[in-house]
Amino acid sequence: MNLTKRKLLTGAATALGLAAAGLGAPALAQDKIKVGFVYVGPKNDGGWSQHHHEAAVEMANHYGDKVELIEQESVPEGADAERALTQMALSGASIIFTTSFGYMDPTLNVAKKFPNVKFEHAAGYKTAPNMGVYSARFYEGRAIQGYLAGKMTKSNTIGYIASYPIPEVIRGINSAYIHAKKVNPEVKFKIIWAYTWFDPAKEADAAKALIEQGCDVILQHTDSTAPQAAAQKAGNVYTFGQAADMAEFAPMPRISSIIDVWAPYYVARVGAVLDGSWESDNTWDGIGAGMVGIGEISSAVPADVKAEAEKMRDDIASGAYHPFTGPLKKQDGSDWLADGEVADDGTLAGMTFYVEGIEGDIPQ
Amino acid sequence: MDFSAINPAILLASLIVAATPILIAATGELVVERAGVLNLGVEGMMIVGAICGFAVTIETGSPALGFLAAALGGALLSLLFAFLTQFALANQVASGLALTLFGMGLSALMGQNYVGPKPAPTPELHIPLLSDIPFLGRVVFSHDLMVYLGLALVAAVWATLKFTRLGLILRAVGENHDAAHALGYKVVRVRVAAIMFGGACAGLGGAYISLVRVQQWVDGITAGQGWIALALVVFASWKPGRVLLGAWLFGGVDVLQLNLQAAGLAIPPQYLSMSPYLITIVVLVIMSADRSRAPGALGRIFHASG
Repeated sequence: MNLTKRKLLTGAATALGLAAAGLGAPALAQDKIKVGFVYVGPKNDGGWSQHHHEAAVEMANHYGDKVELIEQESVPEGADAERALTQMALSGASIIFTTSFGYMDPTLNVAKKFPNVKFEHAAGYKTAPNMGVYSARFYEGRAIQGYLAGKMTKSNTIGYIASYPIPEVIRGINSAYIHAKKVNPEVKFKIIWAYTWFDPAKEADAAKALIEQGCDVILQHTDSTAPQAAAQKAGNVYTFGQAADMAEFAPMPRISSIIDVWAPYYVARVGAVLDGSWESDNTWDGIGAGMVGIGEISSAVPADVKAEAEKMRDDIASGAYHPFTGPLKKQDGSDWLADGEVADDGTLAGMTFYVEGIEGDIPQ
Repeated sequence: MDFSAINPAILLASLIVAATPILIAATGELVVERAGVLNLGVEGMMIVGAICGFAVTIETGSPALGFLAAALGGALLSLLFAFLTQFALANQVASGLALTLFGMGLSALMGQNYVGPKPAPTPELHIPLLSDIPFLGRVVFSHDLMVYLGLALVAAVWATLKFTRLGLILRAVGENHDAAHALGYKVVRVRVAAIMFGGACAGLGGAYISLVRVQQWVDGITAGQGWIALALVVFASWKPGRVLLGAWLFGGVDVLQLNLQAAGLAIPPQYLSMSPYLITIVVLVIMSADRSRAPGALGRIFHASG
């Protein structure tokens, strides 16, 4: 839906620019490497892309003269990304980070064409000898949001602005629902699929639609702060920062957040390229390893609820508690996890079903 | 499924809000195209208007000044297009696309210090008595001034094109610029004025997004709405009334589909998501099956020697 002409054009134009920039490049000495980053949104979207960008800058500052950062923002997912990546590889990048799920196949295709360039794809599941994947266990943070949402809602109706029906988003919905339901059996989820990662007007409309239909807590899996602004205008609605802290909306409506912490990973992986030890990896870290941060739980939350949420955070970090612990059933009523059983990573990574109690179907 | 949760009054009210940005921008572009100029830079002018309006509202605290600045900003940017196409005789399609790219970059640059703050709210009019009518009061009489200005704009453009001498000249220039020139009309002057009008409207539409609909600044905030406005003009066969219908259809179906999803309608959301585009196009294409056609000189370069 968001594949507008504008984005295609921006992509094409920047690709041209990169091609021009690449002309003089190949003869450079190898003591300085180029590190490429591709973002799905603008790099100051206030959320997902901005956080990747800031982590990239932190990584570049860490290495100083040894690293040259090349970035490209607002690259549409799909075939057009392949051109942008090809241009980046041609311009001499040693390692390229592609920071959105929809870049998975384009990254894989370009990785095959450039065996000497390393690729790192965020949030996907396909790898190659020169393509690693990395992701964060956001569902751990969703568990805490679900708990807070279940405690804070008065209408027992929680809104969820989902982006695309991919495992990562579905995992988040399930995790939030399980923990909201646990503390509030009356709770219901209303889910809107926005089919965009970033479209402030549409995200705002979605938030308004949910609020009009009685939701007083809204979770979002889209990248802009527009739903926060809509909730603030409506008054008694709680939200959570997504990907970035979004602290400018605290203490109300934003009562907590999931923060992505990418910088240490970027520093480590670029370091591995510099000393020649880079190998394709499959990294999936959560709160414990520091890749997922939980933003300050604001003063709008009662102290006992806050303490309980923080305990859950610490238990997840230490490994004492797993957000997907049985007994759990799938939406169709079939058994998924037995009492005390913990979901394995394979199932989680490819999750395409709702857990029992969520209404509606996942778009196919 | 629980449709009782959808309040038709609020739904219709949000429809009108959602339609306003594309309505204003498309009306401006309609005037430009009726003057024979194809400006593909609507998206760029919208987003520059969005940041101009936002920045001025933040600095002065006055949304009215903000909207004024948005119109000025859009018009100023469109002057660049006017210079390229009317004086340097550059290709209109290429210049328009360049204007969009330029506008996107410029707005990102201008907006660097404006990510975060909240603009002063644009007050919703509360008309005594009228706003208190059940249903109708909420749907029709409880909006901010820009909604009514948008409607007035459509009516004014329609009346001007149809009934006034000014409208006649504009249409003459758009249908056959050589003939208009031979009659002594200043083709370039008329077109530059039309382009600036279009720029001002696009700016207003953009500012409506940043000041009313989203109420904050983020890069790329218009997210393609300028292109929708542009398409709307064509599908509406260059007629103001149909632009209004198209904008309401588009905004309406979009808001409706989000509400239907929230209410748990069992139609797959992919279809709901594409429905605004599909329904708007189908309705307008069916309507344009009559003798409507594009202005004769649309997109053609005029030079007095020709």
